[in-house]
Amino acid sequence: MIHVVAGLTTPFRYQFFNNGIIVATIAGALCGLLGVFVVLRGMSYIGHGLSHAVFGGAAASAVMNINYFVGAGVWGVASGVIIGRIARRRLIGADAAIGVVTTASFALGLALLNRYGQAKKSIEAVLFGSVLGVKTIDIIAVSAVAILSVVIIVALYRAFLFATFDPEVAEVSGVRVAWIEALLMGLLSLTILVTMRVIGTLLISALLVIPASVARMLTNSFARMLWISPIIGAVSAFTGMYLSYFLDTSASATIILTGTLMFIVVYAVTGIRGRTRISGLHHI
Amino acid sequence: MIGEVLVECAHMSCAYNSTLAIKKIDFTIRKGDFVGIVGPSGSGKTTLLKAILGSISPVEGHVTKKPHLRMGYVPQVETVDWNFPVTVLEVVVMTRSSTGRLPRVTKDELADALLVLERLGLGGLENRHIRELSGGQQQRVFVARALFHRPELLVLDEPTSGVDVRTRHEVLHLLADLHDEGVSIILSTHDLNGLAAHLPRLVCLNSEIIADGSPVEVLTPEVLEQTFGAPMEVLIHGGMPVVVDGVGADIAERMSRLG
Repeated sequence: MIHVVAGLTTPFRYQFFNNGIIVATIAGALCGLLGVFVVLRGMSYIGHGLSHAVFGGAAASAVMNINYFVGAGVWGVASGVIIGRIARRRLIGADAAIGVVTTASFALGLALLNRYGQAKKSIEAVLFGSVLGVKTIDIIAVSAVAILSVVIIVALYRAFLFATFDPEVAEVSGVRVAWIEALLMGLLSLTILVTMRVIGTLLISALLVIPASVARMLTNSFARMLWISPIIGAVSAFTGMYLSYFLDTSASATIILTGTLMFIVVYAVTGIRGRTRISGLHHI
Repeated sequence: MIGEVLVECAHMSCAYNSTLAIKKIDFTIRKGDFVGIVGPSGSGKTTLLKAILGSISPVEGHVTKKPHLRMGYVPQVETVDWNFPVTVLEVVVMTRSSTGRLPRVTKDELADALLVLERLGLGGLENRHIRELSGGQQQRVFVARALFHRPELLVLDEPTSGVDVRTRHEVLHLLADLHDEGVSIILSTHDLNGLAAHLPRLVCLNSEIIADGSPVEVLTPEVLEQTFGAPMEVLIHGGMPVVVDGVGADIAERMSRLG
């Protein structure tokens, strides 16, 4: 019995694992929280695009020897705001414009790392995430963004709800919709920035979409979605990270697979009610 | 007695990109008005409402509103995402987003919201998801949201579009009651007989204002043809004009000859 318990707690003996699981759990909760807006606004393609854009910033800051959070942060927030404006103004096809802007940024990142970086290792770490590189600064950064997001969303709850549900009437009723959207894109960019090192560019959009979709199947209330989704995100991240140690698989992939398993179970258990609720979500 | 001016559009033109949707219109809404805007699709009805609401700006002329005018807007129900996870109560209190910031609904807000819902026949439905309501109830939830803002002017975009006859009657009675209580109303509609003919004032719009007056003055074959670009006949039934599609009457005559 003692051996079994000792075996189960083995990963927690390593500092790198503890750092990784803390960041992953907070990241899961944070992505779950912002994922509610991503899913209800039908913006999952923006989450996907933003992570690709931030990759470009991360590569550029690595090559230019600029602090990751500063370089990729400025790049990511700027991309987020630009993407938000393109999507809102509908000047050109939003999907196409976002596709071009973000994949160009991604391609630039790849090219820069190929040309100047220690190519293969750093590319893999950014694409698929790595728990080995998680430092105390990452824990501080993800916690700070999580606290900031919670404070902003609680303080401006109704404005966020109104602007998400009915932006036109919200605008007429005095809500500064453009400002709310810019704020949301800024938070989304920051979230991707601080979680990317653990989850990786390629899988982060799944962490934005899966917990919120599961929460949507479980409830018909926006307010309840806002706490159910972070819990699901945190549980899948913690469980996935923990299992990855024993399965010897990529942490980010195991996290997403855990989330997907939860999705399948909830989809089966909630039956027609859950399926009806989720059928109205766009771009999933 | 002529009421005070709530909104005045003077020589107003509005455009999308470089295409003019409304050309140099002069139009006034006064306190106590109950106005219907009729016209074909693309005639500028929604644009006019949006210009009044301030969500688009005129490219020429101007819109002047009474200072601090409180307006409530009821959009077309077809534009609503009925799958969105919100309850009736959450929808109603949304309009106080600038004052009520936190998720919690205050006691005063709850009392006000329940009063508005009761007033619109939606008592006891506050915790229902919006999709669980009937067509008439859904329409009234959005009227309730607009009324929760305590508007002096209620703006409705196609309030009877896509609803059945019973719901249309409910909406019409509700609006008449609100008007009796002192709320000024402007709405757009395609529904000439079911809604427009019952209103005290009608405006026929097709980029420009073709006519403005009572239904008897406005719903004439000449004005209707100029507005809709198709021949229409007007019958008087019980003192009220009834519009008959000219082409439809022609087809009916041909069909009757076949019989």
